[in-house]
Amino acid sequence: MNSDKITKLVLSLGSFILIIVAAGMVYSLVVGSIPAFKTFGFQFIFSNNWDPTSGKENYGALPFIAGTLISSILALLISLPLSFSTSLFLGEYFKGTRVARILSTLVDLLAGIPSIVYGLWGFYVLRPLMIELGIGSQGFGVFTASVILAIMIIPYATSLSNEIISMVPNDLKEAAYSLGATRLEVIQTVTIPNAHSGIIAGYILSFGRALGETMAVTMLIGNSNKVPDSLFGTGNSMASVIANQFGEADGLKLSALIAIGLLLFVITALVNALGKLIIKKMQ
Amino acid sequence: MKKLLTLVLAVALLSSCSNSSKKSTESKSVDLTAAGATFPLPFYNMVFKKYGEENGSTVTYGGIGSGGGIRSLSDQVVDFGATDGYLSDDKLKDMPGEVLHIPTCIGAVVIAYNIPGVESLKLTNELLEKIFMGDITKWNDAAIKANNEGANLPDMDITVVHRSDGSGTTQIFSDFMTKISEKWANQIGVGKSLNWPVGMGAKGNPGVAGTISQTEGSIGYIGSEFAFAQKIAMAEVQNAAGNYVLPTIETISAAAQGEIPADTRIMLTNSADPAAYPISGFTWLIFYKDQAYNNRSEAQAKQTVDLLKWMVSEKAQSEAPKVHYAPLPAAAVEKAKAILSTVTYNGKALQ
Repeated sequence: MNSDKITKLVLSLGSFILIIVAAGMVYSLVVGSIPAFKTFGFQFIFSNNWDPTSGKENYGALPFIAGTLISSILALLISLPLSFSTSLFLGEYFKGTRVARILSTLVDLLAGIPSIVYGLWGFYVLRPLMIELGIGSQGFGVFTASVILAIMIIPYATSLSNEIISMVPNDLKEAAYSLGATRLEVIQTVTIPNAHSGIIAGYILSFGRALGETMAVTMLIGNSNKVPDSLFGTGNSMASVIANQFGEADGLKLSALIAIGLLLFVITALVNALGKLIIKKMQ
Repeated sequence: MKKLLTLVLAVALLSSCSNSSKKSTESKSVDLTAAGATFPLPFYNMVFKKYGEENGSTVTYGGIGSGGGIRSLSDQVVDFGATDGYLSDDKLKDMPGEVLHIPTCIGAVVIAYNIPGVESLKLTNELLEKIFMGDITKWNDAAIKANNEGANLPDMDITVVHRSDGSGTTQIFSDFMTKISEKWANQIGVGKSLNWPVGMGAKGNPGVAGTISQTEGSIGYIGSEFAFAQKIAMAEVQNAAGNYVLPTIETISAAAQGEIPADTRIMLTNSADPAAYPISGFTWLIFYKDQAYNNRSEAQAKQTVDLLKWMVSEKAQSEAPKVHYAPLPAAAVEKAKAILSTVTYNGKALQ
């Protein structure tokens, strides 16, 4: 056998294993969640009653779906102005300068911090700050979790959009300048239209990351299994309820948790598909 | 490709060698595997290590939660399991073989609070119900004030902190609440996790303790083994005799002074003993009555029973208070010994 064939074999074996693993994951999620869907039907998705007490067991995923979506969308909104201006700063205004290099290293550093560290910081620093600002008497809740999530996803959106923005051809920008455009006009009419699909891809990536984030959220969201009654109220997220409850769960409850895992998987897949569609439409 | 094959073969050979060498040493003392409750974990870690030092047998214990312990025993992948809640009759029927319980020590659930300027807090059963169900929302509520004369209770919101994960601690707490409050029994009930009307969740005893110590105006429940190791304010709880009792090793132990059934499956909450701390409970080890399952050897069965006997012996029990658990009273030890003498291997007694 020559080396070319061996390489081909190894590569296809690797990708084949990957497909098997992904398919196996979906399969086990689906099989595991069948009892929950059989018992509650589609009510499972729309019911907000989560009662694990034996005898009157009832599981509805709405509180967690709501908590995950609200905190992730809010996080995206909070991170948007910060990461967008940072990426313009890095990729346009201060492109190639020492300041930009230092800043971009710092942003990348943010991405490398483990989520439990964000959680700790949120618990001991951000939460007391929230209490001082008068947001809730204990500082826990959806809003606090969103702020932490926003900080966590900034590096993802920033570094991707930054890269795309700095890849916009200089010829185009110079042409605009020669026509008398100001810097702002260049950004508005040349940079952003050229880079928008990449920028959107960055935000979708970061949104996906916010959806699945577990540790930092569970430390701050308050873990009360109800649909949050306000942005500053407590709630729970899908990833957080699974992490919290799987240890002692069995029977129907375990199935309900797996079903939440399946829903989270579906939501993340939908968000990714939507993102791809948007990028395709815009090109 | 050939090289790769030889490498794979070599690795396979090596691993099979190490397997067989392990088997030959097994004949003397057998290593045991167990899994389950995290509540008695500090106690088990300590005594299993001690047992290993004395008997040359390593006991590997996985603190994966009571639910996981029961599942592992049901899947027959462990020598014994551990749980904070005894198996119900229905659950016992679902197990592939007859399962026995022995208690190993007694723990309690303490009511911890963080109210600035308040050093002691007395709670009646009614106050506990009203606070944990959200009927009283301020610390300077007249009902709390009337029961705590002299305490400087502030005008502050009550934040209830409960467990966000399933836990035997929640089970013992809710069992007590169900016994003292009809409203609780009807609306909430007993379980390892509950449908909480108020409050926020935190993960594990450390999470609840951390949240309480960081949040002014909070109240919650914590496993005694954890609370005793921390400096945290604990409330005096009214017991069945009407006395206000602080949780200590002695008052927790007093909860087990009453009658214990032959299979030791009893919740100790709301004990009638006048000195008892009312939110106390056994933690159990669970195992099959017939030890011949899943190709286990007789030596392994013997080692398992030997360890279980050792757990209720004076030697192991005297270690319990060092890690903040109350030791078993003599009556419970007798019951446990009687249960252990019924264990068999393939139908014949193990002695």
